[in-house]
Amino acid sequence: MARTDASTEAAPEPASEPTYVGQAMEREEDLRLLRGRGRFADDIAAPPRTVHAAILRAPHAHAVIEGIDVETARTRPGVHAVITGEDIKALSDPFLVVLRAPLHQWSLAVEKVRYVGEPVAVVLADDRYLAEDALDAIEVTYRELPVVVDLEEAAKEGAPLVHEAAGTNLVSVREFKYGDPDTAFAEAEHRVSLTTRFPRHSYMPIECFVVVAQYHEEDGSYDVLSNFQGPYSTHPVMSRSLRVPGSRLRLRTPRDSGGSFGIKQAVFPHIVLMSLAARIVGRPVKWIEDRYEHLLAANSCPGRVTTIEAAVKSDGTITGLKFDQLEDYGAYLRAPMPGPLYRMQGAMTGAYDIANLAVTNKMVMTNMMPAGLVRGFGGPQLYLALERMTHRIAEELGMDHLDVIRKNLVPGDAFPYKSAGGSLFDSGDYPKAIEIATGEGRLEDLRRRRDKARAEGRLYGVGFAAAVEPGMSNMGYISNLLTAEERERAGPKNGAVSLATVNVDPLGTVSVTADTMPQGQGQETTLAQIVADQLGLTPQDIAVNLEHDTQKDQWSIAAGNYSCRFSPGTAVATHQAAKQVREKLATIAAKNLNVRPDDLEFAGGKIFARGNPDNSVAFGRAAGVTHWAPAELPEGLTAGLRETASWTPPELEAPTPGDHINTSLTYGFMFDMCGVEIDPVTAQVRIDRYVTIHDSGKLLNPSIADGQYLGSFAQGVGTALHEEYVYGPDGSFQTGTFADYIVPTVNEVPEIEILHMESPSPFTPLGAKGLGEGNTMTTPACIANAVADALGVKDVQIPLTPKRVHALMAEADEPARPAGAEDAATTAPAVSGGRGVSGTGSIEIAAPPQTVWDALLDPEVLRAVIPGCHALEATGENQYEAEVTLGVGPVRGRFNAKVGLSDLDAPNAATLSGGIDGPLGQASGGGRVRLTEAGGGTRIDYDYTVDVSGKAAAVGARMIKSATDIVIAQFFRRLGRQLGASATTAGAPGQPTKSVWRRILRALGLAR
Amino acid sequence: MKPVNFDYYRPDTVDEAVDLLAEHGEEARVIAGGQSLMALLNLRLAEPRALIDIAHLAELSYCRDSDTHMEIGAAVTQAQLLAQPGLAEAVPLLAQALPHVGHFQTRNRGTVCGSLAHGDPSSELPLCLATLEGEVVLRSKRGERVLKASEFQVGLLATAREPDELVVAARYPLKQPRAGYAFTEVARRHGDFAIVSLAAVAENGTLRLGVGGVADRPAAREWQIAPDQADDALNEFAWALGGEDDIHATARYRRDIVRKLGRKVLEEAAACAS
Amino acid sequence: MRKLSQGERHRVSFTLNGKPVSSWAEPRMLLTDFIRQELGETGTHVGCEHGICGACTVRLDGEAVRACLCLAVQAEGRAVDTVEGLAEHGGPLSALQQAFRKHHALQCGYCTPGILMSLSDLFEREPHPDDEQLRDVVGGHLCRCTGYAGIMAAAREVAGMAKKAE
Repeated sequence: MARTDASTEAAPEPASEPTYVGQAMEREEDLRLLRGRGRFADDIAAPPRTVHAAILRAPHAHAVIEGIDVETARTRPGVHAVITGEDIKALSDPFLVVLRAPLHQWSLAVEKVRYVGEPVAVVLADDRYLAEDALDAIEVTYRELPVVVDLEEAAKEGAPLVHEAAGTNLVSVREFKYGDPDTAFAEAEHRVSLTTRFPRHSYMPIECFVVVAQYHEEDGSYDVLSNFQGPYSTHPVMSRSLRVPGSRLRLRTPRDSGGSFGIKQAVFPHIVLMSLAARIVGRPVKWIEDRYEHLLAANSCPGRVTTIEAAVKSDGTITGLKFDQLEDYGAYLRAPMPGPLYRMQGAMTGAYDIANLAVTNKMVMTNMMPAGLVRGFGGPQLYLALERMTHRIAEELGMDHLDVIRKNLVPGDAFPYKSAGGSLFDSGDYPKAIEIATGEGRLEDLRRRRDKARAEGRLYGVGFAAAVEPGMSNMGYISNLLTAEERERAGPKNGAVSLATVNVDPLGTVSVTADTMPQGQGQETTLAQIVADQLGLTPQDIAVNLEHDTQKDQWSIAAGNYSCRFSPGTAVATHQAAKQVREKLATIAAKNLNVRPDDLEFAGGKIFARGNPDNSVAFGRAAGVTHWAPAELPEGLTAGLRETASWTPPELEAPTPGDHINTSLTYGFMFDMCGVEIDPVTAQVRIDRYVTIHDSGKLLNPSIADGQYLGSFAQGVGTALHEEYVYGPDGSFQTGTFADYIVPTVNEVPEIEILHMESPSPFTPLGAKGLGEGNTMTTPACIANAVADALGVKDVQIPLTPKRVHALMAEADEPARPAGAEDAATTAPAVSGGRGVSGTGSIEIAAPPQTVWDALLDPEVLRAVIPGCHALEATGENQYEAEVTLGVGPVRGRFNAKVGLSDLDAPNAATLSGGIDGPLGQASGGGRVRLTEAGGGTRIDYDYTVDVSGKAAAVGARMIKSATDIVIAQFFRRLGRQLGASATTAGAPGQPTKSVWRRILRALGLAR
Repeated sequence: MKPVNFDYYRPDTVDEAVDLLAEHGEEARVIAGGQSLMALLNLRLAEPRALIDIAHLAELSYCRDSDTHMEIGAAVTQAQLLAQPGLAEAVPLLAQALPHVGHFQTRNRGTVCGSLAHGDPSSELPLCLATLEGEVVLRSKRGERVLKASEFQVGLLATAREPDELVVAARYPLKQPRAGYAFTEVARRHGDFAIVSLAAVAENGTLRLGVGGVADRPAAREWQIAPDQADDALNEFAWALGGEDDIHATARYRRDIVRKLGRKVLEEAAACAS
Repeated sequence: MRKLSQGERHRVSFTLNGKPVSSWAEPRMLLTDFIRQELGETGTHVGCEHGICGACTVRLDGEAVRACLCLAVQAEGRAVDTVEGLAEHGGPLSALQQAFRKHHALQCGYCTPGILMSLSDLFEREPHPDDEQLRDVVGGHLCRCTGYAGIMAAAREVAGMAKKAE
């Protein structure tokens, strides 16, 4: 891996060169993780008497819960309790939301479900297997309501309302103006606009959610172990919902967490749910989310439609930008949403020096899983729009994309630079970073590759993207959601408090705790490096324990591991705490060594006079004084040696009355360029070469930094090419396994070149900036630009799956269906324009229409004909309920079925409609059945449209159409058999004349 | 994601296994490697009352060549077959297709016959069997019968296996001396279910193309033409397969793949033929 | 023939990391749950329970397999190896583990045990695998943290293919 380092300034401190900070040290964490001795939440022994939870989830995207029958489930073996929304409502309050709007959410659905996967009931049993057994026995009656999943549709007048009490789905619209965008656009030589759509996806961790909850009835407190990741502004949300003071919700997080990427913030409703469950059942409760639950309902980034417009001079200078951002938060607004819409507010102009800016932020509710924290958090959405825009400007002006980028960059000598929206960019030299990245022949090489490929007729494109990466959020940014007057009334919000503690014990050994919940970032190692430098010890001397306990450890609302706050936040607080220890020890040692504290140095486990190392005292001895001989301490020093430092940077001010906001403390810079080749047949995108440069200020541990860049790049590739939560128009969730939700493997992630530049931040004592979100912000835009370049198309939508790319490149005229071939493709559309699955079929039965008609109306015949029918009962005229077992191959399950015949036109036609409902999923639909006489027998033609929901849709998307065909065909085939073995079809005996079927049989040589 | 309750049987012989199938019929599922079945069990998509484990049956753990075919016992894993010396000479199509079957880790446990019995329309091994016109050997208390590939798989996850029958072996025809073989597939990721998989045989001026992942089962066609004359035939085949839209691909995409990659894979097979 | 009835716990014995172990399991209990909950070895992680992520990969009679796609009762009498057995108790990390540390091949470490087990199987079969073989094996795992670069670098080093450091 190439490495180019360029420091633009000297680090502000420490005065002496650090020994460990800045070193690519191996990680201490690895020693346990590589041996399988990590301690993740599920690894920690559960308390005695623990019961295990399983959650029943809604199969419908929008429905009224008309009844829940849990009696059978309660009697299942090993079951201790079954809990429903009514139980939860009685014991808890809805979660606080940022908006003053009636968007009530409890930890279980109350009265209505609003997305597929919403928790509806909880079973508590002796083990998870038994709990899942009982789930299958819960009967819920739903009345389905109209569904809205498309965010633009949801925002329209007259759309089905996700929350009726709110009166609209468009729950917030805020307009912002910075500078004078109206004049900029009025005077613009060119106006360029485009629309980008950012999909719903999740950088889901491989470890799912874990909650172990206990209720202490003696004091009414809750004690929870969970792999929650912060921010701890969520803690009051949980305690308020539980109706307890914060001190009565003890939240503990374990030492190891199996990744998070923002996602595990969304465990919080489950923390409340399992806390209440523990209270109800009177035992500790353990819940391990499984992957199906995680995909279905854990967390998603919001989808966003951005319309961006630029005012541009003919030389490519951008004089103004307008953003119209419509963001979809799903069925509920969960704290701290709408973070993604406001997190970049100060830096909407990205890496560019653009004075005039207009922003409209719109939030819409839909019948999809609630949105939440996902790495990047508004950045990827912004930069997809902004960097597609710089690309589009280049195209429209006939310029080189890179020239447009360079033309508009914040100049290298402008730092600290105040951007239009209010961000204070701390340091950097963006033109220089691009010069480094494109240098040493890298840009020429990309262009050479493109030219060569194109000369050979291959599809090759080059893409660029530049971005500013925010580090450590201003906790006040979200208040920009409110107007200046509302903010005034609510009181100012600002800052970002970090807390850390360094403790020195009587033998002089050092331990560290802090307000962070690492999920693999090597923070134990980095903090040990920082403290070791301050105290003249080695990192191995420092015991860093980042388990966290809200009743015992330091924390404030900003605590947690998100928004790249470690380097600019916790690391700084730890550095300060170590410095406080150092100062105290220096005072003690100074007295012993008879020098001034300022003249002391710490190294090699000793404290010694600068210039006279022999005049020294052992670190442990000096520290021991504070424990063993406090009376000997210099005046003014307290006994013991435990220093907690608090750090909040003054630069993080509250929004101004004009809505200017410095949204983050540090601003790194990234620039990416890549070449991609598109397979002309498979439409798959291959990343041929990828170069990225990062200026993240001073790197505390360069290897760990590179790990963040590499990991964020792989996730960016996922966003650009693979990952997407797919919902059907009926709100059914269709990516419920890792077979359908495509996480890149090593075969999809190319090796990349990472280049470095270090412009230390003047606002953090160590000069470090946040760097954790990295390429999630740039890679989607960079690859999208390259694909657009390769295909020569204006608009591309991520993820650029083979399906989407193929649609962009497919010839308009497909080779025609040969004459004489079956016409099934037109009579049996695979998926109708509307909802669900449709199809048609026909069968011939050797009985006259009247006989067939009578049979269709005869319950006895229906009982024999409905596939897998165990029992059938008439519930009204031509209305039946049945118990059936349905499926294909090994996949089968028991369902309650409702079947009815209506619009009777004896003996010619009837409408057959109904639905099935069972643990495997739900389906409802219907169609017209027509009978015509044909050669003494009857020809039945049928069509159908079926909506499939629940698990079958979520995990069987690949097969749902074929499976539906099979089940429906079975019905008519059995009808034929019932009316005599003489049922015939044009294809093979016993098969309906489904034309698809016939063609396959012919293809197989069976129908020759 | 935990399976429902079932009784677990570990027969010591094939006879015991078919006795169990005769007793339990449709309520039983046979498990060998379980690489498809276990995921269905964990997701509770399959809820058998009895599981009959045949993985350890030594009498099903064999690969042997006859004059015409390689017979692969039902306990043979995909990894064992891939490691079989001389596979590339004996059944070149299998040697080409097997690396596309799942992953290293699933091939270590997944069996060849299990894949056939599962009948996923996207699976590579049923496609190879259909393309080569191989056979499946079934045994029950009633006796043994041999079905052609085209008789065996009858639809999506559906085979002609009767509930009391055990798939005991698969027979893959041996390489014909002058024939050429080629395999390719398109999937979202390596190891994923194929969106389209293609297997080709070229021999004596005859081209045979098998396609998986499009229809509800693998399908094959044969033509007496050269690959460069095959475009119309491929187009007709592409339409006849009747692919569907799903979240990963459109029907049109699948037709384009059959037309274009079909041509390519036929050319590769023809180039290997002598 | 052996019949293990549903709803009852049956004794399951096998060799875990070279030592005999024994506990109780219902027929439906997954090998992952048995190793973690019954035997208390929590290094084997559960990621998807449908055979795709690879976090739970263990070696069964030496072969890397998904423990989530295996019943505990199917391991009866066999040899199971997990990440806890890669380095001897109290001994140094294995060469593969050391290479992972050196190349920052792990971050959260949740997927890591499975990858180590797969690679340890590969290296025993083929001490000098090429890149394609490594990608085939690592391709059977999902890692969300590392972008796979460090994993491949570590694997290549062990395969003796590491390029001289620049």
